[in-house]
Amino acid sequence: MELVLILLVALVLVGSVAGVAVSRRRDRRPQLEPPPTRRGPALKRPPEAPRPTVEAPPERPADVVVEPAPEPAPLPEPELEPLREPEPEPEAVAPPVPVTPRFRDRLGKARSLLSGYVGSVLSRSSIDDETWDELEEALIRADVGVGLTSSLLDELRTRVKGEGIRTPDDLVTALKSELKAKLSEGDRSLSFEPGVPNVWLFVGVNGVGKTTTVGKVGLREAAAGRTVVMAAADTFRAAAAEQLELWAKRVGADLVRGAEGGDPGAVVFDAVERAASRGGDLVLADTAGRLHTKVNLMEELKKVRRIAERPPAHLKEVLLVIDATTGQNGLVQARQFTEAVDVTGVVLTKLDGTAKGGIAVAIASDMGLPIKLVGLGETADDLVDFDPEEFVDALFS
Amino acid sequence: MFDSLSDRFEGIFGRLRSRGRLGEAEVDEVLREIRLALLEADVNFLVVKKMLARIKQRCVGIETSQSLSPAQQVIKIVHEELVGILGGETLKLTYASRPPTVVLLAGLQGSGKTTTAGKLARWFKQQGRNPLLVGADLQRPAAVEQLRVLGGQVGVPVFSEATDPVAVSERGLAEAQRLGRDVLIVDTAGRLSIDADLMEEVRQISGKVAPHYTFLVIDAMTGQDAVATAEAFHATLELDGVILTKLDGDARGGAALSVKEVVGRPIAFASVGEKLADFEVFHPDRMASRILGMGDMLTLIEKAEENYDKREAERAAAALMEGTFTLEDFLEQMQQVKKMGPLQGLVGMIPGLPKELKNANIDERELGRIEAIIRSMTPAERVDTTLINGSRRLRIANGSGTTTSEVNGLLKQFKEMQRMMGSMGLGRMLTKKKSKKGKKGGRVTPPKVPSLSQFK
Repeated sequence: MELVLILLVALVLVGSVAGVAVSRRRDRRPQLEPPPTRRGPALKRPPEAPRPTVEAPPERPADVVVEPAPEPAPLPEPELEPLREPEPEPEAVAPPVPVTPRFRDRLGKARSLLSGYVGSVLSRSSIDDETWDELEEALIRADVGVGLTSSLLDELRTRVKGEGIRTPDDLVTALKSELKAKLSEGDRSLSFEPGVPNVWLFVGVNGVGKTTTVGKVGLREAAAGRTVVMAAADTFRAAAAEQLELWAKRVGADLVRGAEGGDPGAVVFDAVERAASRGGDLVLADTAGRLHTKVNLMEELKKVRRIAERPPAHLKEVLLVIDATTGQNGLVQARQFTEAVDVTGVVLTKLDGTAKGGIAVAIASDMGLPIKLVGLGETADDLVDFDPEEFVDALFS
Repeated sequence: MFDSLSDRFEGIFGRLRSRGRLGEAEVDEVLREIRLALLEADVNFLVVKKMLARIKQRCVGIETSQSLSPAQQVIKIVHEELVGILGGETLKLTYASRPPTVVLLAGLQGSGKTTTAGKLARWFKQQGRNPLLVGADLQRPAAVEQLRVLGGQVGVPVFSEATDPVAVSERGLAEAQRLGRDVLIVDTAGRLSIDADLMEEVRQISGKVAPHYTFLVIDAMTGQDAVATAEAFHATLELDGVILTKLDGDARGGAALSVKEVVGRPIAFASVGEKLADFEVFHPDRMASRILGMGDMLTLIEKAEENYDKREAERAAAALMEGTFTLEDFLEQMQQVKKMGPLQGLVGMIPGLPKELKNANIDERELGRIEAIIRSMTPAERVDTTLINGSRRLRIANGSGTTTSEVNGLLKQFKEMQRMMGSMGLGRMLTKKKSKKGKKGGRVTPPKVPSLSQFK
């Protein structure tokens, strides 16, 4: 508390003095609008006050409404009309698409861009300083990061000496095998235990695609014969629950939602109850996007996690959703979220753009976190299992 | 924001300052460090290359000029380069002579367009305008719904219908004219720059509404790809500026540097928090100062201006000067400070504060506890803290759910503050603060920061 006090004192001093100064300035500029007397009708996080409502279930606020499962979705939904890529009719019942070729197709665009850098490496006849510079550039421009790039290239230099690698072609092959090894660590399957309410928790910073990912995963798992309950525990962002609701209708899954600004823990609690009472075996919990630097929001997330692992719930996955366009901050995110809620795997979204998603390599290598799923586009079947071979090959074809 | 970058520079220049002369080898070492810092901050590879070339050229060119120490020269050059890249000057919005002034927002999925639209609407409203929001994102489920909620919160009408984005935008424009709204903000769907169909669609929207300002909304956490995205959108839409979002995280924000360098358009606004009010005009010169670890007094003052009650502030300042500042005043000041936003963000803006303090992890809930302690005191105790004896202390601790040692901590700190003010008087204290800042030597004084003495 000492520290906060010191800072507060400093701020009060600076603030009150500045306040007077500007109020004088303001007097001279009467055309300025009067200051707002209160903060805008802002999106307020609920105050700490209504503490773990779930610890005492009877007192649970009435703001949690459990919506009945909609009729198994007629597709395409009329409300989804304006969607650009309406789901192909049989989607919800279609068997999982064969994954491998799609991955390669989708990464094709990214590949053609990256091969530009590596291509010039390959066009050389021998390995010289420029070759190394170009490899470095290719990796850094793919967002792999300076640190990992240096260590990768250092290892490679040792291998070049030790194994007598002479051509740039072999050099790139060696680099690829290095990368594949780093990405292959860990268990990439999604953990599931039949017969109990499994919970998969989706976390991440704002705007990475958590809600969409939950929807896509729901569709996939429902197609695989699991009874899905979606928990709209993003009670903060305006209309996040509506967004998930549209997905739930498509999937034909139950949706449990709370009031805007309500307690996300209560929503997860209810979703688990619902799954348990109705024989649902998979709860997909969407959470509000939060920057990993916001202490109170990370505390809130810890609480959600605690609720999600309380019997009868079986918390099987905590998936960190990362946007492929993310730069080096992705590594910090992975660290902070892991520290807070013990992340079990990564979902890499938006890999169908020009971003290479090299940050995933950094995360896998630095944290040992497996990349489990990859988002390659807007439609539901664009969410595929991660395949390190394909990923690396596609980047360095 | 940009904190890590300024840390790096502080490290480099700390070593630099301690050297007398700067040879070619040193320049190279410094450049290597700058390169590393910039790359780690996600500044685009090619932008870093160009920037380093310019810095090196200028370093070599003026080495013989001896008015500044070599270290100061390098710092000055880097600072100028940063200011140059970040924008040189602030974007000044002018309003169309024939309203509405049309603002188009575009960007990748998840960059924060819809939230930004709401914040922008609030901002325009504060400028005395009457905006209309148009929800042309018909792609993401419930995006229009989200915009309607935001519109409701800021008291700005939202127009949308389930036709197609181009038609919605066109109808939105007509609607704005019919309703006499003078600013039109069009929120579009997120799209990838390589999605030819969607890029064509946004081009058509742009053709129909003829925006006066087209902003690319970009996430401060974006990596190397920021440049490709910005280039593609610029080629399609001719951007007028960039809005940088999620700057309240700890991303180093190199994307801002890259985008500015590549498209040559200013960063107009920065979004610095989740609340609708956490939105401000982007100030390149302040940001550059910030990168170089010089604090950001101007933003702090502006925040104070927006949130401080004038009479309250004057009264508090008077009390400070007379040494009659009580815990009651402190409590009120605390409320004002709280209105200015998260403590962590504010602290980062105070220049000359030790790094340990700036980087400290601040638990905002501590504020609540401090408040609880003060509120558990009687009015008499708040005015005269010497009344507080052992049993009163215990009562206060019990009343506020804290411990007596916490109550003691608060009292001690407050006494310290009173003592400081009592012994020096506010005026002298400020002068001292200023000279302390001055002693940090070697820093380039940011051009427009008004001197502290004028606040007296």
